[in-house]
Amino acid sequence: MSKRVVLEASHAVAEAVKMADVDVVAAYPITPQTHIPERLAEMVADGELDAAYIPVESEHSAMSTALGAAAVGARAFTTTAGQGLELMHEPVYIAASHRYPIVMAVCNRALSAPISIWCDHSDVMSCRDTGWIQVFCQNNQESFDMTLWAFRVGEDPSVMFPVMVNLDGFTLSHVTEPLLLPDQADADRFLPKYEYRLALKPEAPTSHGGFGLPDIYTEVKFAQEVALRGSRAVLDKGWKEFADIFGREYKAVETYKADGAKTLLVTMGSLGETAKMVVDSKREKGEAVGHLNLRLWRPFPFADFREAVKGVDTLVVLDRCFSFGGPGGPVCSELRAALFDMDKRPKVVGFIGGIGGREIDAETFAYMIDRGKEIAEKGSEYLYEPVLVRGLERGTGVRG
Amino acid sequence: MAPEFVKVGKHNIDAKEYLAPGHTFCTGCGEALAIRLVCKALGENTIIGMATGCDEVCTSPLPVTSWRLPWLHTLFENAAAEVSGMEAGLKAMMRKGKAPQRDIKFVAMAGDGGTSDIGLQALSGALERGHDFLYVCWDNEAYMNTGIQRSSATPYGASTTTAPAGKLSMGQQTQKKNMVEICVAHEIPYAATACPSYPFDLMNKIKKAVEIKGPAYVHVFVPCPTGWRTPSNQTIEIGKLAVETGVFPLYEVENGRYRLNVDPPKLKPVEQYLKPQGRFRHLSPGEISEIQERVTEGYARLKEKATSFPAG
Repeated sequence: MSKRVVLEASHAVAEAVKMADVDVVAAYPITPQTHIPERLAEMVADGELDAAYIPVESEHSAMSTALGAAAVGARAFTTTAGQGLELMHEPVYIAASHRYPIVMAVCNRALSAPISIWCDHSDVMSCRDTGWIQVFCQNNQESFDMTLWAFRVGEDPSVMFPVMVNLDGFTLSHVTEPLLLPDQADADRFLPKYEYRLALKPEAPTSHGGFGLPDIYTEVKFAQEVALRGSRAVLDKGWKEFADIFGREYKAVETYKADGAKTLLVTMGSLGETAKMVVDSKREKGEAVGHLNLRLWRPFPFADFREAVKGVDTLVVLDRCFSFGGPGGPVCSELRAALFDMDKRPKVVGFIGGIGGREIDAETFAYMIDRGKEIAEKGSEYLYEPVLVRGLERGTGVRG
Repeated sequence: MAPEFVKVGKHNIDAKEYLAPGHTFCTGCGEALAIRLVCKALGENTIIGMATGCDEVCTSPLPVTSWRLPWLHTLFENAAAEVSGMEAGLKAMMRKGKAPQRDIKFVAMAGDGGTSDIGLQALSGALERGHDFLYVCWDNEAYMNTGIQRSSATPYGASTTTAPAGKLSMGQQTQKKNMVEICVAHEIPYAATACPSYPFDLMNKIKKAVEIKGPAYVHVFVPCPTGWRTPSNQTIEIGKLAVETGVFPLYEVENGRYRLNVDPPKLKPVEQYLKPQGRFRHLSPGEISEIQERVTEGYARLKEKATSFPAG
């Protein structure tokens, strides 16, 4: 039986970590992630969670400590945001390369300079190619659910990859709303005990982290690529089992009111909630508009995405990150690449906004849909259009 | 059945080799000698976390390994952090019944660059948090793996590839960072210096360090024939001279109290240590006497500590 509670999203993540009975939490405080480690430290201090809480001296050490814990077979969790993710960038790669199923919650935050503690997706986009499984959450329930799911799929013997659970800083991490918390027994049923076959132990010594000469490095990295792509079936199986036990269904690519839609608004993260409200009002006005939530960012769900946009004329994509001097927002350019080989593909219109905590409201989404349709019809000289930039007239953008 | 121990004088030395042959250390490498002895002192119930460096590169070319002990390498600057995770993680698992209860020695190993430069923050954090682990620094006084670049452990006057002696420079212009004192300042229960030229002293210190609960630090002076430009059959001799001249005194600090382990009645002139090494060949008599003054003063200060705050 689940119980209905009212929790901040950060605390919902902490509850999932507790139910996963982690052995190690290694974290360094950074706004807006702080409520997660604070709550976990409290749980450890009160005996609610039997784990080593390691208050490391930096994010680099947070991930490095998690690597050491994972190497001996411990279930390890860490969490960070923004600059913290940048500082830990180096060991983030190691976690995936060593196939340690560490779970990390990232409360997405803008990057310096200028320093900003508020939300956008610049931090996680810099980790796009680190080899982690990466998912995004839209609300508090999902923040709990994805965290528990992350342990389940990451530790699957055929997966063994770290999982990054992204929740938007402040606009999701600090929001309090109702959610269902499962029984520990159900959580245990979903998440079996973790046993790491290659754990470092004296009776069967193994070496982790040897160096790769040119005659082997390519094979090692290719094996990693094949394994990450191959994990996809288990990710879906994990969501299926989750639905069977807890009744909530998740997919790599989720659509809302997409039946017969000619235009889909595409978002990642908590803005999906606002986007869906806008879709509702557009539908009421008789416009064939739907929403597409990209839950799984890595491994990228190519087939699901192509299937979801069949019959759609226009995709209106919001990126919360600049790719300076590049092809537009990272999500938008990725979607374009995913569609390029299709015979009949929708027109993809890119917007960049919601940077450094600037709010994207319903009116802006409505505008993006209208403008997107207009561009799809008449074409545009721009690579993408930024929204809500002071001094920039609507309908103007950035040329390639 | 092969004997478990080899008797050398009054010492019983573990007969097992934990560093397997086939590694690619240079001939006469002081670090390789030290690793072999340190592992014998540690024994099989050990888990090692190692920083990037000569030790890692020379022992782990995929898909083979020289390690007969469980071993982890991830990065350059994080050995202390990764061993923090091993120690805390395995102890949590033992407490929760997820791993069998036993006494495991958690050991971080890194070079002088990985310790006194890029890894200093992670080391300081691990010492301050009080993890029950041993940190061993292999000090060959420069970035030898990348080609003899200076580090903060390079001694005054040494010529390296990034602080070369030249027309306007006598090489390293700065004094060697004192890592043991930095560790002592963290008020850890045990810190020591050692050198494979004194193998029993080295092994005894390692044994003592892992028996003590809490963080321990052993700074091992490892002559590097390649970087110091010395003949490869002189490694042991150079290490001895470093101790006998007072350049690298052997001492230990137990709970803030000092003990000199080798205290010659009269220190040899530093010139005897500097002369055989190519890295010091350019030094003028004036520069050598400047070094002599510093060594004499440093040694006197250490003796004063050993007198004022004696261990045991």
